[in-house]
Amino acid sequence: MDEREPADPLKALGERLEKARRGREEPAATGGGSRTGVPQNALGLALRIGLELVSALVVGVGIGWLIDRWLGTRPWAMVVFFFLGAAAGMLNVYRAINGLGLAAGYRRTPGEKTAGRESHED
Amino acid sequence: MAAEHSAAGAAAGHAEHVAGPLEVFEIKRIIPIHIGNLDLSFTNSSLFMLIAVGLVTLFLVAAARGARLVPTRLQSAAELFYEFIASMVRDNVGSEGRQYFPFVFSLFMFVLLGNLLGLIPFSFTYTSHIIVTFALALVVFVFTTLIGFARHGTHFLTFFVPQGAPKLLMPLIVPIEVLSYFTRPISLSVRLFANMMAGHTMLQVFAAFTVGLGAFLLPLGLLPLSLNVALTIFEVLVAVLQAYVFTILTCLYLRDAVHLH
Repeated sequence: MDEREPADPLKALGERLEKARRGREEPAATGGGSRTGVPQNALGLALRIGLELVSALVVGVGIGWLIDRWLGTRPWAMVVFFFLGAAAGMLNVYRAINGLGLAAGYRRTPGEKTAGRESHED
Repeated sequence: MAAEHSAAGAAAGHAEHVAGPLEVFEIKRIIPIHIGNLDLSFTNSSLFMLIAVGLVTLFLVAAARGARLVPTRLQSAAELFYEFIASMVRDNVGSEGRQYFPFVFSLFMFVLLGNLLGLIPFSFTYTSHIIVTFALALVVFVFTTLIGFARHGTHFLTFFVPQGAPKLLMPLIVPIEVLSYFTRPISLSVRLFANMMAGHTMLQVFAAFTVGLGAFLLPLGLLPLSLNVALTIFEVLVAVLQAYVFTILTCLYLRDAVHLH
């Protein structure tokens, strides 16, 4: 009778350990968005949108300028990359707003629901 | 009350040589070192980086020495930091992320200490310089990109090809995706730099108001002073939050590199 007693708590402990271990294996992408989220206020969001838009433009124009300098095609690469940069900036903003987070492409991680990752960032 | 008095001292001290609000960001050479055309001087910025690294090392070594099962106060503080970053890495990157924990942890401590040390009067905030944050962000960017290529080989390039988009649009979409990827280090660095710089400039401006208005009519000077007390508390929040944001974005970039969806 007494020997039976420790078996049960041990088994329960084993189950709990197993559960905890399983929790470690996968990133908490499944609905874990809010857990890691930064409290998002309006100013933070506004700052972020502006930043995404501008930084994409800066990168686009910068790359265009470098290509121009390299190939000697003065205005053209810069013009093309200006528009590509603008598109990339809008894409970033679109993703930021839709909560698709930072990932390139439109793929989501398998278990991820629509809540997505919007709250990861400020 | 006591806090206000000490803040008054600090504010007055800052604006004594009636300073422009941007003077705190000035780099001063402490030990000039010139090699060839390079200016490798040891500056106040480098000094505070060294102080930050030294403090973190001291703190962690002291906490880890004679580690016990029932932790001392210092040890539980260190464990708090450890657990915080470890769970952040685990939640965002998964168990494969564990090997990158030292990188993420060092990054977090360095940025956090830089932000917090800067709040001490007469100190220097190295994270308020775009070149420092950009270098940090570039390290993160290059590191995560290399991990992506190391783990997936050229398959990592499919990261830039959205699923289900018409083939005809690929020449347009892929460059846009690549550009969007390259904005990461910029938005990462500008976010940290702008937050720190804006906060410190604001503190300086209100400190200058305190002196100016106080000289005009003493009670009037208390107005910006009380605002500065509130701002200082707010700045502590911003300092911790921005270190957190920087780190969590690093985790998310790592996750993209490791998992590739």
